[in-house]
Amino acid sequence: MLTLLRQHRWLILRRFSQLLVIGLFLVGPITGYWFIKGNMSSSLTLEILPLTEPFLFFQMLAAGVFSDFNEALIGVLIVVAFYFIVGGRVYCSWVCPINIITDAARWLRQKVGIRSNAHFSRQTRYWLLAAILLLAMVMGTLAYEFINPVTIIQRSLVYGLSASIFIVVIIFLFDFLISTRGWCGHLCPMGAMYSLIGYFSPITISATQRKDCQEGCNACFKVCPEPQVISLPLRGEKKGISPIIHSSNCTHCARCIDVCPTNVFEFKVSIRAKNKPITKEKIHEKVT
Amino acid sequence: MKLSRRAFIKSQAVAAAVSSAGLSALAPSVVQAEDKEDEEIRWDKIPCRFCGTGCSVLAGTLDGRIVATQGDPDAPVNKGLNCIKGYFLSKIMYGKDRLTQPLLKMKDGKHHKEGDYTPVSWDKAFDVMADKWKTALKDKGPTSVGLFGSGQWTVWEGYAASKLIKAGFRSNNLDPNARHCMASAVGGFMRTFGIDEPMGCYDDFEQGEVFVLWGANMAEAHPILWSRIADTRLTKKTSSVHVLSTFKHRSFELADNGMIFEPQTDLIIANYIANYIIQNKAYNKDFVKNHVNFKKTATDIGYGLRPEHELEKKAKNSGKGKLTGISFEEYAKALELYSLEYAVEHSKVPADRLEELAKAYADPKKKVMSLWTMGVNQHTRGVWMNGLIYNIHLLMGKISEPGNSPFSLTGQPSACGTAREVGTFSHRLPADMVVKKEKHRKIAEKIWKLPEGTINPKPGFHAVKMQRKMKDKVMNCYWQMCNNNMQAAPNINDELLPAWRAPENFITVSDPYPTVSAVEADLILPTSMWAEKEGAYGNAERRTQFWRQQVDAPGESQSDLWQIMEFSKRFTIEEAWGKEHAAKMPEYKGKTMYEVLFENGVVNKFAYKDGEVKDGEGNQYQNTESKHFGYYAQKGLFEEYRQFQIQGHKGHEQAPFDEYHKVRGMRWPVVDGKETLWRFREGYDPHVKYYKPDAKKGEVYFYGKKDGRANIIFAPYEAPAEVPDEEYNFWMSTGRVLEHWHSGSMTQRVPELHRAVPEALVYMHPKDAKKQGLKNGSQVKIVSKRGEIITRVNLRGRNKPPEGLVFVPWFDASRLVNKLILDATDPLSKETDYKKCPVKLVKV
Amino acid sequence: MGSKSLSNKKRRDFLRGIANVACGVGISAMGIGWLANKASAMPPQAIRPPGALDEDGFLSRCVRCGLCVRDCPYDILSLADLDSDVPVGTPYFTARTGPCEMCDDIPCVVACPTGALDRRLVDINKARMGLAVLIDQEECIAFQGLRCEVCFNVCPLQDKAISLEYRHNDRTGKHALLIPIVDSQHCTGCGLCEKACIMEEATIKVLPAHIAKGRLGEHYRLGWKQKQKAGKSLVTPDAEHKFNLPEGVKYDYDNSELHYEKGSALDTLNRRRGKQ
Repeated sequence: MLTLLRQHRWLILRRFSQLLVIGLFLVGPITGYWFIKGNMSSSLTLEILPLTEPFLFFQMLAAGVFSDFNEALIGVLIVVAFYFIVGGRVYCSWVCPINIITDAARWLRQKVGIRSNAHFSRQTRYWLLAAILLLAMVMGTLAYEFINPVTIIQRSLVYGLSASIFIVVIIFLFDFLISTRGWCGHLCPMGAMYSLIGYFSPITISATQRKDCQEGCNACFKVCPEPQVISLPLRGEKKGISPIIHSSNCTHCARCIDVCPTNVFEFKVSIRAKNKPITKEKIHEKVT
Repeated sequence: MKLSRRAFIKSQAVAAAVSSAGLSALAPSVVQAEDKEDEEIRWDKIPCRFCGTGCSVLAGTLDGRIVATQGDPDAPVNKGLNCIKGYFLSKIMYGKDRLTQPLLKMKDGKHHKEGDYTPVSWDKAFDVMADKWKTALKDKGPTSVGLFGSGQWTVWEGYAASKLIKAGFRSNNLDPNARHCMASAVGGFMRTFGIDEPMGCYDDFEQGEVFVLWGANMAEAHPILWSRIADTRLTKKTSSVHVLSTFKHRSFELADNGMIFEPQTDLIIANYIANYIIQNKAYNKDFVKNHVNFKKTATDIGYGLRPEHELEKKAKNSGKGKLTGISFEEYAKALELYSLEYAVEHSKVPADRLEELAKAYADPKKKVMSLWTMGVNQHTRGVWMNGLIYNIHLLMGKISEPGNSPFSLTGQPSACGTAREVGTFSHRLPADMVVKKEKHRKIAEKIWKLPEGTINPKPGFHAVKMQRKMKDKVMNCYWQMCNNNMQAAPNINDELLPAWRAPENFITVSDPYPTVSAVEADLILPTSMWAEKEGAYGNAERRTQFWRQQVDAPGESQSDLWQIMEFSKRFTIEEAWGKEHAAKMPEYKGKTMYEVLFENGVVNKFAYKDGEVKDGEGNQYQNTESKHFGYYAQKGLFEEYRQFQIQGHKGHEQAPFDEYHKVRGMRWPVVDGKETLWRFREGYDPHVKYYKPDAKKGEVYFYGKKDGRANIIFAPYEAPAEVPDEEYNFWMSTGRVLEHWHSGSMTQRVPELHRAVPEALVYMHPKDAKKQGLKNGSQVKIVSKRGEIITRVNLRGRNKPPEGLVFVPWFDASRLVNKLILDATDPLSKETDYKKCPVKLVKV
Repeated sequence: MGSKSLSNKKRRDFLRGIANVACGVGISAMGIGWLANKASAMPPQAIRPPGALDEDGFLSRCVRCGLCVRDCPYDILSLADLDSDVPVGTPYFTARTGPCEMCDDIPCVVACPTGALDRRLVDINKARMGLAVLIDQEECIAFQGLRCEVCFNVCPLQDKAISLEYRHNDRTGKHALLIPIVDSQHCTGCGLCEKACIMEEATIKVLPAHIAKGRLGEHYRLGWKQKQKAGKSLVTPDAEHKFNLPEGVKYDYDNSELHYEKGSALDTLNRRRGKQ
């Protein structure tokens, strides 16, 4: 039992964090005590702390809005600063409510044993990100917000919108039936945006004890939502590659720490050395 | 019915226009379906259920349900029009919470004050109720029971109630809610003219030139009449409208001369105008010489409070209404105080405005119609104030002719026809007679076939006294019919509520709906309303309008008439009268009260066959009561009531029963089939010749008084019972809104009206709001010495009070504004002042 | 050769990969663009909160956070759901069911973090959420002479945004019509009138101003309004006119009225005629 707990401790913490965020937003509507008002798009905590979603904000900038955004600017600076330090995609694994859905899809996919998988580039998200910002610029509107499942599901939870469940179902089915880790690992432009924000994040996962890694175990690869980021740091000792996972696509979910039977992985503070994660990942993308 | 080509194109055009705006429209096929249903609807005339205007509507019945109404295009009052309330008449009977069974508060199978409402049969309900009444009668005599009735009763319901209480129980404890409404007007009529109700009629709206509103917001309270005044104002170049009020309301829209006066200073303004007329020698000397007596009234008369109240002890002539004859010179002298300067100083109305008003009255060429309702009647000097307005008209001789008309408007649909005419006040008998006068009692006893001395010569408890006597446990049994006193009576926290809850007292409420009154009663009786019974109403211009029963009442509901008559079966005449008195009439021995009162050969004179009631088209109508009792009860009661008009003081004649079903009302007196439009003037009124055979054409004769002269009664200014002080620093006035009527028990159950005006707001001056830290929409507690309500502030709305005064409409059952009001009354009329209550506002 | 062809293949694969991604992304972007474009045509019943920028400006700023919704004390605002035609997540209200109560302190505007609701709006009376239009004068019972005017009664800018015009009722001959008239200069589009309208389908509706308003041709001006605006005639007043008139008669040129000196024969004659 204790082992089971130990093997899931980061997962449990992460789920707790995700639910806590949702919970905090629901305190107001349920109890009438407005600890935090609004939603993840933009919120106001204790009537003083503004927070604003960066992707939305950048769309706003792209749409040509440069003035009079009051708290939104402060809000976005706070959020960017936070993720700049802790790692952009911490948002994906510790905050984003969609993550629970896609993780569930992945779990079920494995349980049911669906093998067919639509392969496509993990770079798609960056293209999508660029396209959406371009769209915002051309149309002068927050284009992505018409379909953004993250903000929609979060709004649905906080404001009780019902039809929006449709978006969640689509994503679940997509990840479950069509493409493994399809949404979060390939498509989500918001995740892409967070990747960029966390590009220089000093908090990393490190395969510090990589010499203990057992050949053919691959437990970490199986659970990692972005497995391409592990290969080089884990196996690149001979090539003189650092054990630190510097790729900003790493979501810091720490699932690898949980599952590794030989405790190879750990959290580490590290100022990023110049690596070129994108090209390296590209190589390993084919491997995985 | 086919959709005409033009109509079709029109509806298409509307649909196209509307859909291009992205809105949905009725498809033409829907319209056609409705038209088809229209053909099967049976239409019949019926007066509106709401105000005293007396609009006629056509009620459309289909499958035993009123499915539609339309304004009656052939009715002279409204010509097919309705106000926003009349528009929804078809919905008032179908509120979701209609009561359908008698409900008795019971615990362990027995009546218990603390019990739960339990459905019981009518038999059981009346058994329990009669048992309580009998006990009270035995222990404390006839004054221990009483009935609180209504100006919304049909004529025969009021008449039957009058007979039940005055002849049956020998109690005079019968009072209508008109006590809260028209009692001061009645007092004014009786003191000035000796006969009740206006001499003019609605045609004065077209005949008149100058219209003066003394404390009436006709724009909202009498919507259709207001549109008539408005039309005259629009189409007659010489016409003008003067509006007096303590706050700016919607009638000021049309005012050429709007005047906001300090509460209670209307007494000063009216005296100033009379003074102006005399000072300028503008009065009609011939008229004053030939048709008027001058009187002065007893002063310092108190405020109708409990006798032990400080203010009553202080008053020199508490409750006195004695009139003393004076000369014209004495009258003129008494008025001298009321100069323009004095009036301006106290009323705060600018001098030019007051003068303009005075000039309109004083100009012998201008026809003036004065109009008033609650602003003048709900007044601790309401009777005086009514008189002061008559004084002005009498000085100028501007009375009893087309366009010259002091006109007291009524609030309830049958305040005149029922509450006043059939004697439902605690001191009155039918046809303006009173219990105090032996002659009147004798006439009544003769018509009612009662042994001499049956009718109690002492007036019964009036509405406010009833609640005091109940609280003091002097009166123990109380039956409320067709009104909602818990929402109407003043100071309920100190009086009515403890009175009703006292274990010694047994309260019965007859109502179609669970009103705030009903849910405080021991016994609730489900009651038929409006079109569910055959009825008659009399409006403010003496127009009596009949209607046939259109539909059956839901469940076990029964009409007030059925309840009154059926309840009387529970008493033997000995139980009701006492053995000694009953023995005076041996032929009544062993009979029930019902047999004595209603199976007396008069009320039950007209046989009734099912389907006998027909309209001009041959459609047959039900008559639940007549079917039940086996005779045409409404007709019998009405014909017996007509005997009072024939045998009493002449001047009240109505036409025979059957005539009324053929017309959209007739204005009494109806003599030889002819209606009377203007009373007291030879040519217009046949009674002038009757009382003064040598009267010349156009001669005025006020035949209500023995010498044919009306009284000009001097009455001074006297202060209101309470005035704002440091703590209770605002005046509060209550009043009405266009969308709701009565206590809202009907209009609040119409979803559209509820949506339009869901709650009573407090209207106040923006500066006052700012001082109190209030904004538009703020929650605020309104507190008087007697209670508090919470509501929201409105600074933008239709009523614009001056600084220092707030206004709260009266219809909202969730905000019982009546509990704030002091139970001070006009000592003469016993009518409460609902317009001047000191309050404070507390931000919530 | 072999390795070259291999690298060629790699390059081709790589290029094809890029092309696939670009294609997919392009199609998705077009889809989103289409959605955004379609949704910017708001249904006319959906009204933005006070201070909302014009729809394009609004959609470029509104981050769909719902802070305005939370701070509305009357709970009239909602965020659009996917199944409505209103851009998903953006705030709106429906006048018929929940109109704007026009708070003096406009909390929704204060709450907006991005200026989608313009903070420069500090006087709620200056808000222009839409424009009330008495859209069906055939059905409106006020036009038939019934005494309704509930829209006027509930209007928070009574006598300004909605006023009453009294007109003679030709049909009855003795009643006045009390006709509600909306003034676009003052109407905030709060929708209280539409909510209160007692008709089965409201006959007064708040519409977006661009639907509700007409416009005079640029080639025309209303003379009396121009004169009023200028405070004087735009063209120099005429030199004095002189007329051939019988003795004792004067002519008022501006009002086309004849004035007779007292006691003249004509005066007497005409007055008598007037009396007949």
